[in-house]
Amino acid sequence: MTAAYAKPLPQATREMAPFWEAARRHQLVVQRCRGCGAHRFPARDLCSRCLSREAEWAPVSGRGTVFSFAVMHQVYHPGFAAEVPYAVVVIELEEGARLVSNLVGCPLGAIAIGMPVEAVFEDVTPEVTLPKFRPRARH
Amino acid sequence: MTHPLSGAAAIVGLGITPQGRVYGNTPLGFAVDAVQLALADAGLERTDLDGLLLNPGLAWADMGMGSFQLQQAMGLRDLRLSATMHLGGATACAMIQHAAQAIAASLCTTVACVFSDVPLKPPKPEGERGSSGSAYGFVRGWEAAYGYFGVNAMYALVARRHMHRYGTTQDHLGAVAVAQRRWANLNPAAQMHEQPLTLEDYHRSRWIVEPFHLFDCCLVSNGGLAVVVTGRERAREARKPPVYIRGMAQGHLGGDPSDTLSSGAVLSREPAFRMAGLTLRDVDVVELYDCYTFTVLVTLEDYGFCPKGEGGPFTAEHVTGPGGRLAVNTGGGQLSSFYMWGMTPVSEGVIQVRGEGGRRQAAKHDVALVSGNGGVLSTHSTLILAREPS
Repeated sequence: MTAAYAKPLPQATREMAPFWEAARRHQLVVQRCRGCGAHRFPARDLCSRCLSREAEWAPVSGRGTVFSFAVMHQVYHPGFAAEVPYAVVVIELEEGARLVSNLVGCPLGAIAIGMPVEAVFEDVTPEVTLPKFRPRARH
Repeated sequence: MTHPLSGAAAIVGLGITPQGRVYGNTPLGFAVDAVQLALADAGLERTDLDGLLLNPGLAWADMGMGSFQLQQAMGLRDLRLSATMHLGGATACAMIQHAAQAIAASLCTTVACVFSDVPLKPPKPEGERGSSGSAYGFVRGWEAAYGYFGVNAMYALVARRHMHRYGTTQDHLGAVAVAQRRWANLNPAAQMHEQPLTLEDYHRSRWIVEPFHLFDCCLVSNGGLAVVVTGRERAREARKPPVYIRGMAQGHLGGDPSDTLSSGAVLSREPAFRMAGLTLRDVDVVELYDCYTFTVLVTLEDYGFCPKGEGGPFTAEHVTGPGGRLAVNTGGGQLSSFYMWGMTPVSEGVIQVRGEGGRRQAAKHDVALVSGNGGVLSTHSTLILAREPS
């Protein structure tokens, strides 16, 4: 029996519920605007480019690069106390949208902007899966 | 032709309450104290006020109609201008802009612009240490699942992009912290007065969120700060030398600051200087909004003190500290004096133009450039303050 998961869990808000449902199926989806086709994340009710209110959740490749990263040393939530320092990363997907996430299988010192990554899925509770990213070879 | 707003109004009163780990006062109480101090400084009575603009800090940001609450608390009657403004750190300069505009348009005559906040809680009796940064450790919904918390991290992600794109280094950031601490050591009112800081100390200080050390991040302060703005004619009768508002502008870029890597100064600088009839070379002191060392580098670039991307090498030349060729954040700024959002740079601009800077006073102090910045390089405001109205 593993210890109870101690970190905050994402609340499935109306806007974000499809993202977390897809994650449970180990699929990465982001919103795609029906007006102009732009991928966007996190979920919003309207497209800031074309102002369309029509959007769908579209599967994406899961491939992207590290756009930026910050290494957290402060403990803002007790669930992260054993983990500091840890990195928060912004991933830029091939499709264009950017996601805040974490890297797995990558020491802090090896993180670099531009590093190619791919999505992995971490089943943190029976109900919740967090999409994260790991380094991938350049093709 | 002179712009009709240029020099039409002036700051005639400055009120700064005790700053920092000051407990036992409320946000409203600090605001009242600051206005009373500013009125006394101006040689005015509260009955002289007919305008009130308020930027409530975190502790009372959600209170409805804050400027009216303050009016009632102070027993102010018959105001002709009132607003509660929320542009983050750009609010201070923006309040003064609105005050000057309303005065120039004859809508009112004398306006108090006020900020106060109480983000720090008293130490717990059992000696438990509360984090001064916790008030700014915002949790943003689902992102908490990834351990993404707080304003420090939001700025760190943008700073990392600047480092990647322009080659800005940790030493560059540290040079800003060291320069401002040197100024603070000439300012008895600074929270970090008599606490010298070397670049080695900076590198040894604990990480908050890389690439930010402790000394890359501004202080957190309890306190209040107010200025009184009035028209040019009335300003001549004030107790203290008037500080004329010669130029003003705002700039709000929108979009992702990680893409622009710029403050709104790129939009506001040209109209502000054009209104003032001045150029960058006329500026004697520079008071820039400094929530982080990084913000200072970017803002120096965006006003054109150095080419875009060269804020790091520029500050590393040690030109911005005492004795340098460009006097920047001469009171120690928010990094080393106190954190009253945009009111910190405004207050130091007023002190310098008046010539009240004591050991830190700039020899030439005809013109001060003051900036405000809110959110994550989201909002920006510029004031050009001067000893002469034209």
